[in-house]
Amino acid sequence: MCRVVDLRQAVLAKNDGAAQALRDELTARGTTVVNLLSSPGSGKTALLERELLLARERSVAVAALTADLATENDAVRLARSGVPVKQVLTDGLCHLEAGMLGRHLDGWLPEDTRLLFVENVGNLVCPAGYDLGESLRVVLASVTEGEDKPLKYPTAFGLAQLVVVTKTDIAQAVEFDEAAFRANVERVNPGVEIVMTSARKGEGLGLLLDRSLAAGAGTGTHTPVMARRQQATGHDHAPVHGHDHGHLHGHGHGHGADHESDHHHHHGPGHAHDHTPAPGADHGHDHGHDHDRDHEHPQVQPAAQTR
Amino acid sequence: MHEMSIAMAVVGQVEEAARAGGAHAVTSVRLQVGELAGVVPDALAFCFELACAGTVLDGAELITESVAARARCGTCPGTWAVGMPPELCCPGCGRATDVELLSGRELEILSVRWEDGPAGPRTREPIPEEA
Repeated sequence: MCRVVDLRQAVLAKNDGAAQALRDELTARGTTVVNLLSSPGSGKTALLERELLLARERSVAVAALTADLATENDAVRLARSGVPVKQVLTDGLCHLEAGMLGRHLDGWLPEDTRLLFVENVGNLVCPAGYDLGESLRVVLASVTEGEDKPLKYPTAFGLAQLVVVTKTDIAQAVEFDEAAFRANVERVNPGVEIVMTSARKGEGLGLLLDRSLAAGAGTGTHTPVMARRQQATGHDHAPVHGHDHGHLHGHGHGHGADHESDHHHHHGPGHAHDHTPAPGADHGHDHGHDHDRDHEHPQVQPAAQTR
Repeated sequence: MHEMSIAMAVVGQVEEAARAGGAHAVTSVRLQVGELAGVVPDALAFCFELACAGTVLDGAELITESVAARARCGTCPGTWAVGMPPELCCPGCGRATDVELLSGRELEILSVRWEDGPAGPRTREPIPEEA
């Protein structure tokens, strides 16, 4: 017999559910996730290097996870700051997903981390649709990329809670039109804050850190128009069955559970490579995440849904 | 090209529902895609075909319904077509403090058409409620 069945399920419901669970869990232990999106070459890593160093000087416990299709170059650069850094190689996948992030944090992220910067894969299209459990979503664009970038990538810019312009030290040489850029951002994401930075000259240094700490403190992050709940459809997100990530354990026991084919490498401050495959990689790491526990912290919900 | 991930998520969810419903072949999937969902329907259709191979959805048709993005301003009358690239400041008053996006971010499986009943081999017994 042939029949039509109504499903009414959001396609990304699983990712959204995993992201929310991760956000709740991390918020409960005092960790704020900052998701950094940009095109390749916009200067995410250079800016982050400076911000991590600054955080260390101010004794703010930060960590960074950087995702690329290949090479560990970014992690090597970021690790120079002396803070915990992890490289995730996606083996060609163009974005990170919440469940994937959760598994990478498991057993690695130090317990006392206040801020976790996630440097997403350099791409302004794909990562935009995936909530990673962040409390602050940042989009970066360098002055060389053209003032119309926000119009060309409206989802990425439209869902950002902070827009960071990089490489302002060469703005004049490339005739960057700041007013035009601001107007284009305003069109797709009215009200979002735009800050000017130069990792080389130090302009705007510390702003990313300050905004991230403010987001962690729950003080008024921007809610983009595009991210506001749509009332008209009524049935926004289907309930999610089965959370996609395990518990975040303290440190130590490498609980691997690498279900996807990406590798992960740790970069401590001193030593660069640790290629040991996680022991017991096939440890189904479903720790019967019971729901009661999940909802027992009525913590400050991040002000905005980033999807 | 995150359309492959999207296609795989669709197939995964439909597979789950089909298994629970005792379906032995899914013939079509109806999907709603908003103008601002960041998904390219052609790319999605291509990936969908690949993602269906070897599953209960093998050969299933993907029917995509696009949804135009519309917004309204809390202080001005009427709604407007947001367009692409989107214009999210009110064309009336130029402000955006009270703008609401009414539609355009949808990415949802609406319905699925499948074959069930005794014809053909089953991978699982149907659950009693569906029998």
